[in-house]
Amino acid sequence: MTALESANKIKAKFGALVAEPTEFRGEISLKISDAEQIFEVCNFAKRQLGFDYLVDISSVDNYGEDPRWTVVYHLRGMASGEELRLKTDVSEEKSELPSVLPVWRTANWHEREIYDMMGIRFAGHPDLRRILMWEGYPYFPLRKDFPLAGKSSDVPGVAFTNPAPLEGGPFVTLPSSGDAISREPRVRTPEE
Amino acid sequence: MATVQDIEIPDSAARAAAIEEAQDIQGEKMVLNMGPSHPATHGVLRIVLELDGEVITKADPDVGYLHRGDEKIAENMTYTQFIPYTDRLDYLAPLANNVAYALAVEKLLGIHDKLPPRCQYIRVMCAELARISAHLLGLGAFAMDTGAVTVFLLTFTEREKIYNLAEAVSGARLTTSYTRIGGLMRDVPPTWCDQVRQFLKEFAVALDEANTLLTRNRIWVDRLRDLAVVSKEMAIDYGLSGPNLRGSGVEFDLRKNQPYLCYKDLDFDIAVGLTGDCYDRYLVRMEEMKQSMRILEQCCNKIPGGAENKSKEPVCIQDGKITLPSKQKVLSSMEELIHQFMLVTEGVNCPPGEIYFGHENPKGELGFYINSKGGGTPNRLKIRAPSFVNLSILGELLPGCMISDVPVVLGSLDFVMGESDR
Amino acid sequence: MQTQSEYGYNSKIEGDVVVTTVDAALNWFRANSVWPMPMGLACCAIELMAVGASRFDISRFGSEVMRFSPRQADCMIVAGTVTYKMAGAVRRIWDQMPEPRWCIAMGACASTGGMYRSYAVLQGVDKIVPVDVYIGGCPPRPEAVLDALMKLQKKISTQPVLENINAYKILTGAAKN
Repeated sequence: MTALESANKIKAKFGALVAEPTEFRGEISLKISDAEQIFEVCNFAKRQLGFDYLVDISSVDNYGEDPRWTVVYHLRGMASGEELRLKTDVSEEKSELPSVLPVWRTANWHEREIYDMMGIRFAGHPDLRRILMWEGYPYFPLRKDFPLAGKSSDVPGVAFTNPAPLEGGPFVTLPSSGDAISREPRVRTPEE
Repeated sequence: MATVQDIEIPDSAARAAAIEEAQDIQGEKMVLNMGPSHPATHGVLRIVLELDGEVITKADPDVGYLHRGDEKIAENMTYTQFIPYTDRLDYLAPLANNVAYALAVEKLLGIHDKLPPRCQYIRVMCAELARISAHLLGLGAFAMDTGAVTVFLLTFTEREKIYNLAEAVSGARLTTSYTRIGGLMRDVPPTWCDQVRQFLKEFAVALDEANTLLTRNRIWVDRLRDLAVVSKEMAIDYGLSGPNLRGSGVEFDLRKNQPYLCYKDLDFDIAVGLTGDCYDRYLVRMEEMKQSMRILEQCCNKIPGGAENKSKEPVCIQDGKITLPSKQKVLSSMEELIHQFMLVTEGVNCPPGEIYFGHENPKGELGFYINSKGGGTPNRLKIRAPSFVNLSILGELLPGCMISDVPVVLGSLDFVMGESDR
Repeated sequence: MQTQSEYGYNSKIEGDVVVTTVDAALNWFRANSVWPMPMGLACCAIELMAVGASRFDISRFGSEVMRFSPRQADCMIVAGTVTYKMAGAVRRIWDQMPEPRWCIAMGACASTGGMYRSYAVLQGVDKIVPVDVYIGGCPPRPEAVLDALMKLQKKISTQPVLENINAYKILTGAAKN
């Protein structure tokens, strides 16, 4: 079945939890309004709809908006080749959602990486520790309020960090359309 | 558990050894650190192994020793400025990474199926050359780790020829940065297709030689057969991709199942293994190289505009908002000057939205998830690295193997740490 | 004319005897058999392997044995990006190398952090290890690596050796208190 039919089936089963499927560039995305139910939705998608391959789990930092985190799941059904995207929002105070490790075992390392980079915890994950940075690194690097140059840290016996010399910071344009003057590449603080 | 035995051995050292043997029924586990600096780990991978004698009981891979912060860097750069960073992801096949990233951004723009045909053919040729190059090095390093050093030198000689081709087309041997959003950096030189044909002739001989050395070699087969079997369900559940997935019997290749560029017009087969052991993965890679040769041959013959591009086919989309206009126009006309200025300072203006694009890289499926709020820089760029996902299976695959099987398993999974850690 | 002393040598074999200083001899031995320890971390490691392969033969310079054990190596070639997580391991391996030892920082990432100005990358391996030769390039061509090796050989051949050995210092009375 096509991804749109699968999306409609998920909407039919979970009702108010799921928003209307949106399409962009040929891809179907579904927004799940309650992050706590993500395990049920993923389980349903795998067992009933045949999405047995988890391609990727990503996290997005919507700095300045509430809820701050968006976790994006990319599913694929091997038999049909169809792809579906599930998105859910998590607020910053909570910063936790259930792990989908029992559904796909590949979620193990993806969730560890999201915890390492963004600081979102996954309930029910057997081994949630840092994977790309070392144990004891005090920050979550991919957050928008963490500077690219990094901050000093000192974990004795393991590692130290110093901020990288960026000579005034990366000169970057705004990631949104506005007028050309505001988009001019210059140093941006996270508040913008 | 200690049993009292009468030991009648005169020599004290032998007596001590005998006592140890008697009590050693349970055995103690040893924790061995296969550290980040190790010749057989194909880069900086650390595996903490727990051994019972020579048999591994637990394996915990520790990645991140090459984590350079690519995704955060991407949020601070325009799309075009990020292209050199994609070279360094899977640094054995930089052309393939370039093609993957360019296609991902073009999908966001909505033009990834509207590329000029000559551009598509050249990109396919680059991707297939990169595939041969990556498989060659994977094979060479794999063979060297198991002891067959000749194959390493053989494959490196062939790779030097691919480096010559890459240098002719982009200027750099390894980190090519050849593709741009909407096209290519420049057209291929007129003699390039003939060079590729010449390379294919010589490579066929070298591939046969490597085959003769390894495929039916008694030692090779004994070391690889029935080792680290990955079943179909396990492969799909763990998210494996590329030759690892196909070696386990799953017939899934992004070039056939979700075709992009001009793969629909090309005639090639995909190699699928039967059992999912290391030998099958090795055979899949050898066969993929043969199929890549087939694709390259067809591309050389069918490339629009011919080898010398006498009909002046474009290699970039002719849209001033996406690709840089020609320098003549920039220096003389106002509109092109403005396009050039906007493209260079602010980058390609992408619409808000999000896409995911998966590309069949030699190591697996390299995917880019781009979340854009509009403008020239991404809001979030996630790189779905095949090596990262392939490595997660090590914790389940290694226990039960012996310690001398570890280089074989690592080589057959064929990962590269630059991609895994980004 | 033949000398009759017991210490002298037969003048017929004069051409086979070379007279030189100890420093020059030791430096000649060391310079022409620099055994590298490849700290191959990232893309530069591939070019390092290409230097060791048959086209750009590093074994012409005496360095074909790429010793992965630091105890058996002379020169550590740091090829690739050194992240903060890896820095401890690099330093530990450097400490295990016996004197005389040298270090080549290969590539932009090892020299200064390269194009990775980010939170996780050590901005130059010379922050933890004393570097003798820096090679620029991303990645440097294999010819550049060979050129760096030749520069290192030149540097080695000018290093004072004898006066740094403790036995010599004691003999000549230079090791004062």
